[in-house]
Amino acid sequence: MLDNIGLLFQAPLLNVQLLLDGIFVGAIFALAAYGLALVWGVMNVKNLAQGDFVITGGYLAWWLSKPRHVEIGIPGTGIKLVDWVTPAIHPILSMPLVIVVMFGFGWLVYVTVIRRVIGRDLFTSLLATFGLALVMAQLLNQMFGPEVQVAESGFDIHSLGGLVTVATIKFVSLCLAAVLAALVVVFMKYSRMGQAIRATAQDPRAAKVMGVDTDRVYAFTFSLNSAICGAAGVLISMIWVIQPFFGIAHSIRSFVIVTAAGLGNLPGVIMAGLGLGVAELYAGFTFGAELQQFTVVGMLVAVLVWRQIQYSRHRQAVQ
Amino acid sequence: MNLVRNPVVLYGGILAASVAAPLVFPDYTFQFTVLWVMILFALTWDMLGGQMGYNSLGNIFFFGAGMYICAIIQIGLYYDVAEYTAASGEIKVDISAPEYFTGLALGVIAAALLNTVFAAIFGWIVFGLRGPYFAIGTLGVALAAGELTGAWQYVGGGGGVALPVYPGEPDERALFFYGLCFIMAAITFFTLKKVYSGRFGLAINAIRDDEAKAEGMGIHTNRYKTIGWAISAFFLGISGALFGNMIGFIEPLEVAFPTVTFGIFMVVMCLLGGKGTLWGPVIGATLFHAFKEVTWTYMLGWQWVALGALIIILVVFFQQGVVGWIQEKWPEKFGIVVDDKLAATGPELDDRPRHSEAAQ
Repeated sequence: MLDNIGLLFQAPLLNVQLLLDGIFVGAIFALAAYGLALVWGVMNVKNLAQGDFVITGGYLAWWLSKPRHVEIGIPGTGIKLVDWVTPAIHPILSMPLVIVVMFGFGWLVYVTVIRRVIGRDLFTSLLATFGLALVMAQLLNQMFGPEVQVAESGFDIHSLGGLVTVATIKFVSLCLAAVLAALVVVFMKYSRMGQAIRATAQDPRAAKVMGVDTDRVYAFTFSLNSAICGAAGVLISMIWVIQPFFGIAHSIRSFVIVTAAGLGNLPGVIMAGLGLGVAELYAGFTFGAELQQFTVVGMLVAVLVWRQIQYSRHRQAVQ
Repeated sequence: MNLVRNPVVLYGGILAASVAAPLVFPDYTFQFTVLWVMILFALTWDMLGGQMGYNSLGNIFFFGAGMYICAIIQIGLYYDVAEYTAASGEIKVDISAPEYFTGLALGVIAAALLNTVFAAIFGWIVFGLRGPYFAIGTLGVALAAGELTGAWQYVGGGGGVALPVYPGEPDERALFFYGLCFIMAAITFFTLKKVYSGRFGLAINAIRDDEAKAEGMGIHTNRYKTIGWAISAFFLGISGALFGNMIGFIEPLEVAFPTVTFGIFMVVMCLLGGKGTLWGPVIGATLFHAFKEVTWTYMLGWQWVALGALIIILVVFFQQGVVGWIQEKWPEKFGIVVDDKLAATGPELDDRPRHSEAAQ
């Protein structure tokens, strides 16, 4: 452990490598966290299945990236209803498709589950989405198996000054994440639906009185979140790895970022996301890979404790 | 109904059934033992989740902590723990029966007592958190504990550690642990029954209903919350110590800190039975365990999908649970009098709290 810290001082370029890689994954964490903050702020649902939406998006891109033989037949007979080899779609090109599919999936989840937990007590939404997370992770496990997967992007890796290497795909994904975030921000600011979403977040009752169909707004918000997660998942599947049970770690990352940054604070979310990415890679490097997961959860506890100390100061000030 | 209400008949019947169960069906003794552990889980979770309104997702932490504390004591009494775990099964534990039982007894006591200390420490960390932050924070503590133990070589890391072997026949061993788990579950039940019926029960119910007002009325909320958690942790630690010995081999992620299995079963069992009631957790645990054992093996890997779906359905449609539903259906059996006039104008009274909930 101490050797690794020493290594960081001996080879300063390693720091550059860790920083860069941290920023590349951190941008994607920030994207998913923004979706969580959106749903949290608008409908007061804490989505513990956030990470599983990300992983589902990743699996969609991974599945589309290679030719697959789809065979659906009537069991017992030789009749094939569908016998089709899917074309291989590059993950970046499949992103719009994944976004559309995840948007539809989000709508379906909203209509079946989320609609019934809005406005119920705080624990209800948390536990219902936890159940959803279990279902999604296990379904992915049943369908694609528990192996770790990567969607091959086929880009080459550039070397900057010997030690530091940057894969082109990481840089491309950073740009894509930025573009997606910008699109969402512009949509929220200028579109009719975006205005309705912000109005509902401020005061659902007043928005209803003013003629906003809040149920539709909620459905749209949740689907939008699901689509954002799907896009983040495509990026994760290209620059990192996906596995059916990695969802919970992504959910916790989103919670860490949102808790640290606060709701409705976009610059904060971006900074916290990048910071988390860098911190995680540094911890993974110095303490070893087995403690990387612990860093994520440890960070969550640390952020909560820090928030609590802030609150207790506030409470004393009030007293 | 009156026959069931009679405590002699009720408790006598359960006692007779419990004693008879492993003797009549000796093949299922292990399953019956797990049932008592499950009942203990549900009871201790309900103390916070149901009676106090603090829904924890990380109570499993105390289970795993108790398991490891007991293991360290049991091995540490006669061997060097680091040496023993480093050899990973090469060193065969060879201790006499009295030594084994001393180790087990000391381990269980240490697990229970140290866990109350842990509860106080973690209570200080997490009890400032309200609502969803509490649930997520406790989930974080439990997950972190599992990951950390997996990297801690002193207790065997991710590879786990084998516990001393029971000095006796396997059948005798199964009965021994069945008896211990049954007694512990019974002690937990009667302790909680006693605790809920007094001042303490009223105080934690007041915290559930409105914490700010409870504090305003002069209840030391933090003290009550920490004591409540410590009681839960005490019994969970004992159950962990016993369960670890019953399995014989402990390992951080699947056995000691199984957050997404046992950790979530606790919550599901309470919801199924009806949280905030004394009998709800017992009934919920029994139903859930029976359902799980009967259907699990036939679902061929889809059982976890079914479990997640069960959680969603319970939370969304059947949150009051079996006991809560019976209470709603026949309130007069529980001494609750329904005023027909008030009931007719009821919805207006209901309106206000719902708004305050939405505003949070």
